[in-house]
Amino acid sequence: MSDDHVYMTLAEGHDDSDARWAFGTGFEDPLHGVDTTVPAGVDREDLAALCLALGDDALVSAQRLAEWTTRAPELEEEVALANIGLDLLGQARLLYARCGQADGTGRGEDAYAYFRDPDDFRNVRLAELPNGDFAFSVVRLLVLSSWRLAHFERLTRDPDPVLAAVAAKGVKELAYHRQWAAEWAVRLGDGTEESRRRTQAALGQVAPYLGELFSAFDVRDEVVAVLGQVTEAAGLSMPAWQPLPGRGREGRHTEHLAPLLAELQSVARAHPGATW
Amino acid sequence: MVTASSASIASTALTASTASAASTESTPSTVSAAFTDAGRARQIASTVPDPELPMLTLADLGVLRDVEVGADGTVVATLTPTYSGCPAMAEMRAAVAARLSDAGYARVEIRTLLDPPWTTDWISPEGRRKLAEHGIAPPGPAPRPAPGPVPLVLSPTRREVACPLCGSADTEETSRFGATSCKALWRCRACREPFEYVKEI
Ligand SMILES: [Zn+2]
Repeated sequence: MSDDHVYMTLAEGHDDSDARWAFGTGFEDPLHGVDTTVPAGVDREDLAALCLALGDDALVSAQRLAEWTTRAPELEEEVALANIGLDLLGQARLLYARCGQADGTGRGEDAYAYFRDPDDFRNVRLAELPNGDFAFSVVRLLVLSSWRLAHFERLTRDPDPVLAAVAAKGVKELAYHRQWAAEWAVRLGDGTEESRRRTQAALGQVAPYLGELFSAFDVRDEVVAVLGQVTEAAGLSMPAWQPLPGRGREGRHTEHLAPLLAELQSVARAHPGATW
Repeated sequence: MVTASSASIASTALTASTASAASTESTPSTVSAAFTDAGRARQIASTVPDPELPMLTLADLGVLRDVEVGADGTVVATLTPTYSGCPAMAEMRAAVAARLSDAGYARVEIRTLLDPPWTTDWISPEGRRKLAEHGIAPPGPAPRPAPGPVPLVLSPTRREVACPLCGSADTEETSRFGATSCKALWRCRACREPFEYVKEI
């Protein structure tokens, strides 16, 4: 019907090489060929806001996970962290595409990822904190993946069929992420005195951000149960926490988000519209 | 393929290849009887290899869900992505469109079906055989969680994965994540070779 030109480019390229495939730009619309009608009765503004927040959580998390590349303690774990980041990046792309349809602007993923400033991001602050040590990254991923999984499981029944389908796919991926993080949390907690000490410290650093997570999506019981299960198996204890004031969902972020975005957005902003 | 959700209905069309642009204009009148054969179109689309597991076709992998030919000769091919982050999806669409266009179909439309999500259960018996032949252990049955919260299982679940090289069951996982989203890394204690394993999803 209307997007012919985008795929014309891809179709034209096929003569050059059958083996040519996606690196760099040119990934195209991840929702290509999906019915993107927003059903009557779904509030477009709410849907757009939800997709944006979930997309931002995923994009910012993916960027932090990518920072482990070449720095992880073992090659296998580096591959794991990069794969988890890739899954989240894929979720972000789908959610941004849906957001652009729901908010009526028709903006594509690049507009959301590269051309918004820190105040416009709606991710929870836990996602943007620096990676810290391996224990902190494991504990943070455990918390974020448990929380996201619980929420996505509910979203599989969302009245918007596209969001429900994105969630159904995401549930399968997030279950693997949570499993990886939970097994590492147990291994570290139940490991040496040093690994136990660091993992316990990471729990203390993450805990003040839990309130923000639960005020965004009310999946507290489920997440607390999972954290209890893991800390018990790991011989760790969940510290009591006081929620930190402020919310990333309202665009109020820590000082760590701006440098993360500056790196993420630098090439796209220096060369708008460039392809490679 | 129609599902309970309307996420399966296409909204965009692809007119493949400028080389056939002229014929596109006159498509309805020049479609030969052979080109309206959905079986032939399906067979052609079925030969497209997966970019990451090139020993498998998209049909073996279960990514190619449906191929139909409309009354006007338009081929509609429906694909379901494997993982949300699969970077090969755009290439898969382009490859299917190109292969059909090379075979003489002037109008090709690619649809993306998100629901139901792809599962390794859709990998065909032929696909499983080819994976094993290439030293990649095929997946077991995918978990089918009950509705409601997804349980976390921490007790070591010893999955039996036979070594695709020597057949021994004495194997162990080295990493749940491998070179591509769909694979885990394993090694065989008997023949001591590492191997990849397509993990259930
Ligand atoms: Zn072996």
